[in-house]
Amino acid sequence: MTSLRRPMGAALPRALVALFALAGTPALGAKAPALVDAAGTYRIASSSTVRFSVGQVGGSGGIAGSFTKFSGTFRIDGDDIGESSVEFTLYPESVNSTEGRIEDFLRSSAVFDAVNYRTVTFRSTAVSQTGPDTATIEGTLTVRGKSRKERFAVALTDWNRRSISFTIRGSVRRSPYGMTVGTPIYSNVVEFNMNIRGQKR
Amino acid sequence: MLRNSKDRFGTVTIVLHWTIAVLILGLLLTGLVMRRTEIDPALQFSLYQWHKSFGFIALGLAALQALRWLVERSPAPPPTLGPMEQMASRAAHLSLIALALLVPLAGWAVASASTLAIPSFFFNLIVIPHLPLPRSETSEAFFALAHATLAYATLALVAVHAAAAIYHHFLGRDEVLVRMLRSGSAPRPDSTISAPEKDDTLVERKRR
Ligand code: HEM
Repeated sequence: MTSLRRPMGAALPRALVALFALAGTPALGAKAPALVDAAGTYRIASSSTVRFSVGQVGGSGGIAGSFTKFSGTFRIDGDDIGESSVEFTLYPESVNSTEGRIEDFLRSSAVFDAVNYRTVTFRSTAVSQTGPDTATIEGTLTVRGKSRKERFAVALTDWNRRSISFTIRGSVRRSPYGMTVGTPIYSNVVEFNMNIRGQKR
Repeated sequence: MLRNSKDRFGTVTIVLHWTIAVLILGLLLTGLVMRRTEIDPALQFSLYQWHKSFGFIALGLAALQALRWLVERSPAPPPTLGPMEQMASRAAHLSLIALALLVPLAGWAVASASTLAIPSFFFNLIVIPHLPLPRSETSEAFFALAHATLAYATLALVAVHAAAAIYHHFLGRDEVLVRMLRSGSAPRPDSTISAPEKDDTLVERKRR
């Protein structure tokens, strides 16, 4: 989590600093156009990455993988970042890991039960800015038909007129979703690490 | 009597013998179910972990039994056994002692060589380290084959071993089975006589 608080990369356009630092503050004079530019609705590009890892007893190792099929949109509210929102769907059958046996197991009824629950969805309920280039998104995660409130930390990494990129991190406890298999050998906590690129619509 | 005597098994030997027997039969059954039947994948995962934990107990007890066998005297075979039977039983017992060690060692090797690298978390208490073996598909397949082959060979030998004990008890009417059931100094009354005439023992049995 501490990594989210790092200062924004120097390569980022200065206007963007203004965008996030002063979102919702109308008296910005010359920098106002950038704000208008970033505001809008974005489609989550398939070039985004959704990676996860689960630690194991004794430290080193564990399960790591990614999902290759997902879709979603988000809207950045230019007037009030807190009014921004995101909808995200991923398809657990697209899970990728170090070997087929692990992928099959993750798809099976023991974990995602991908046959009966084809999607994992996230709908934001609240967005709050936490720093010049960071925010927290709270929302409803639905896995295996069970919905719970989860929180993810967002950090802006890149931005131009047509696209915007974030890293998104979050820790999700899997037991409430009925996915206790493998505990305590494998941690109950799944760490998500995503690079989400939005294509402006 | 805790220790073996010249013609009786001690309690330690007897308890180890039957505990290992129950463990091995249970491990054969869980091994068979988790590998050869279509079961719920979550249950299968759990079975694997129970199999490994109980397998380590079996390995520990088999090591104790082997050690005991090396340092302690073995009771003389009952006098009812002919020279061929004595040789066959000694060979069978030696093989069982070796297999009781080799089978779980091969199982440990499977867990260690597997590319899945699933930790062996002994009853969710302590992590038992993997053996220093190359971790690859071929290495895993080799030890899985060795483990399965040795395990089913053990099952076959256990069947012969048990059949021999039952044969001795009900047809030979000697003390072979009984002396592995209880220690004590009084051997089976109808077999101590070790009478050559089997008819006598038969009569005596019926009188009881
Ligand atoms: C006396 C002790 C043991 C017995 C009798 C036994 C028996 C068996 C049997 C019958 C199977 C099924 C083989 C097949 O059908 O392919 C099996 C599989 C297996 N056993 Fe054991 N086992 C013992 C100890 C252990 C130990 C100590 C471990 C690990 C620490 C272990 C790990 C495994 C594993 C990982 C498999 C699955 C192999 C595969 O995926 O092909 N076993 N065992």
